[in-house]
Amino acid sequence: MNSEIPGVVCTFIITLAIAFPLGIYIAKVLQGERTITDFLNPAERFIYRICGIDPHQEMNWKQHMAALLSINLVWVIYAFLILLFQSHLPLNPDGNPDMTPDLAFNTAISFLVNCNLQHYSGESGITYFSQLCVVTFLQFVSAATGVAAVAVLFRAFAEKTTEKLGNFFVFFTRAITRILLPLSIIMAIILVFNGTPASFDGKDSIVTLQGDSVQVSRGPAAGMIAIKHLGTNGGGWFGTNSAHPLENPNYLTNMTEIIAQVIIPMALIFAFGFFIRRKKLGYVIFGVMTAGMLTLMIPAMITELSGNPVLHHIGLKDAAAMEGKEVRIGVAASAYWQVMTTIISTGSVNSMHDSSMPLSGAMQMLGMMTNCFYGGKGVGLLNYFIFLIIAVFISGLMVGRTPEFMGRKVEAREMKIAAIIALFHPFLILVGTALSAYFAAHHPQIGWAVQPASWFNNPSNHGFSEMLYEYTSSSANNGSGFEGLTDNNIFWNISTGIIMILGRFIPIIGPVAIAGILAKKKYIPESAGTLQTDTVTFGIMTYAVIMIIAALAFFPALTLGPIAEHFISY
Amino acid sequence: MKKYIWPSVKLTLFMVLVLAVLYPSLIAAVGKAAPGKGKGETLSVNGVVVGYENVGQRFTEDKYFNGRPSAVDYNAAGSAGSNKGISNPDYQKTVQERIDSFLAHNPGVQKEDIPAELVTASGSGLDPDISPAAAMIQVKRIAATRRLPEHRLQTLIADQTHRPLLGFAGPEKVNVLKLNIALDTLK
Repeated sequence: MNSEIPGVVCTFIITLAIAFPLGIYIAKVLQGERTITDFLNPAERFIYRICGIDPHQEMNWKQHMAALLSINLVWVIYAFLILLFQSHLPLNPDGNPDMTPDLAFNTAISFLVNCNLQHYSGESGITYFSQLCVVTFLQFVSAATGVAAVAVLFRAFAEKTTEKLGNFFVFFTRAITRILLPLSIIMAIILVFNGTPASFDGKDSIVTLQGDSVQVSRGPAAGMIAIKHLGTNGGGWFGTNSAHPLENPNYLTNMTEIIAQVIIPMALIFAFGFFIRRKKLGYVIFGVMTAGMLTLMIPAMITELSGNPVLHHIGLKDAAAMEGKEVRIGVAASAYWQVMTTIISTGSVNSMHDSSMPLSGAMQMLGMMTNCFYGGKGVGLLNYFIFLIIAVFISGLMVGRTPEFMGRKVEAREMKIAAIIALFHPFLILVGTALSAYFAAHHPQIGWAVQPASWFNNPSNHGFSEMLYEYTSSSANNGSGFEGLTDNNIFWNISTGIIMILGRFIPIIGPVAIAGILAKKKYIPESAGTLQTDTVTFGIMTYAVIMIIAALAFFPALTLGPIAEHFISY
Repeated sequence: MKKYIWPSVKLTLFMVLVLAVLYPSLIAAVGKAAPGKGKGETLSVNGVVVGYENVGQRFTEDKYFNGRPSAVDYNAAGSAGSNKGISNPDYQKTVQERIDSFLAHNPGVQKEDIPAELVTASGSGLDPDISPAAAMIQVKRIAATRRLPEHRLQTLIADQTHRPLLGFAGPEKVNVLKLNIALDTLK
């Protein structure tokens, strides 16, 4: 136990030490300035040429969104078809079957939108071909899509009045060639030398020391596990994700994986500050997000480290909360991961969240409900931007000035978009949960293949939490789950599929639209009357806005789930 | 949107080639230089593979150090945790049964001394490790079954204990399979 806390602190320090220089580098890459990766220039020119892309064509925000939606449309069709017919395609040594249409629908969307909710198990539900051509591929490109979207925001505030916001395909391509792919190669090599498989061999059959015959699933997993973290995707190669000892073989790989998933979201915040030449704004945003992270991390850590009340009750001296956790990782590093993976929308897990203590379950859900503390690849900052605009507006009203952000007036149209986006996320989560709770309560024996009565792995409040978590994870594009829920059936595959796709594109289009509209407006130079947005006071204001919106929207639902369970259990 | 579709298709095909074909092939090639040739590290006894170092296996016999409970009975082709919440009455019953079973197999052990990890299911169902304390508490039983002095088993556990990373980061652990392979060599 004594070595667990230092391990976690050390992990956070290393994360920060990598994220800061990476932020400088990402800002340069997106600006097109000189960097150490310029040897890739000819390769990128080659890509643009064969794909018929004019890298010098500047797009406005609408063209950006059109390009983004076009390429995403291509991907979702491509992914859906492969998953539907995967057993007829090569690289299937384990003989895994095709996906059912509803599962293929859910899975294609899930990886398209960077969510990585998995209603199948890696060992038995998907082929190596799909793991690489659908899952790994989409993990790269969905992350690059997020970076390309946030790059529009960067460009919108870097110049005074402009409609020219860069080229979507250039941002996208450079995000892959210069950020995601090089980092993934380094990380995959670290993993493979620590015991993660990378070869294409199928299942192995062995006889154990005690004489049992068992099969051991393997596969070319290391490359996928690298991008699943660097791209804040989170979908596991194996069923139990990074709790699986081949996916996360030791404490070093555990540190590597949890560092990898946080560095780019964190680096993007610094990159924003550098890009728009307002470093202080970047630091204030980072400070607010870190405060938000600690608000969730500290209670989760305390409740996990204080042990499992069931074991306390029975009278064990060592009552560590080890249900669903792994010995090589330990309780502290599991709790750290639980919070990080939910605030930054990765959704990979190194412990089973369904078995965590009720209060840490609540913190995991709150992480996804706020969804902007560091946040997902690109989209975390976009979500934060919405809250920033709301904070500007409210502060403007409080001090009696016209709300302004970075020299542009924030007016009714932008505020309407911001308000809709801020309410859309709770809307999706609560409507989804209400719908499923309705069926569970009023039609438990309805004639479906899987009846609502048998959805749950746990009764009562915890069963409600399983539903709430599933929709929160879908809307936040997180992808982790309270995996006890029986979710591979038409109801869950379709409903979460729809929520995932809405929860992805609306919150990308909204903030990009606001940025685009603001960028076009007349620039008003700062004066004594300007509301300063790069101050601690304004940071506290933004934090308050985020927390108040989350509390108003979600407190009742959380009370029915984890909070009630906490008071029953202790 | 129409004018972006064709470049999107071409860019997609190119990226599939790079990201789903070249990239995993590169990692597989590099993996050949890694321990286990990128296929997973195996452990052998007298030239016969008895398991993967990182994949836990079932040990239920009294003569071996037992690992953690598994929700899937150590099925390495279908990992899973129990996903039981603490407020679940079934879960509370399961834990109590594990404690009773452990006490029946380990006479002389006091209930309150049982380490939590030996009565809780792991996340993957394939946890290859236990803590040194969880190994130590089984020494008495194994010494009696195998007719070995306890101190030799204690030395064995100490030898097989992995220290935290760099001495300060992460928990101590013992790989159960390695420990049992070494145990079989004690005379």
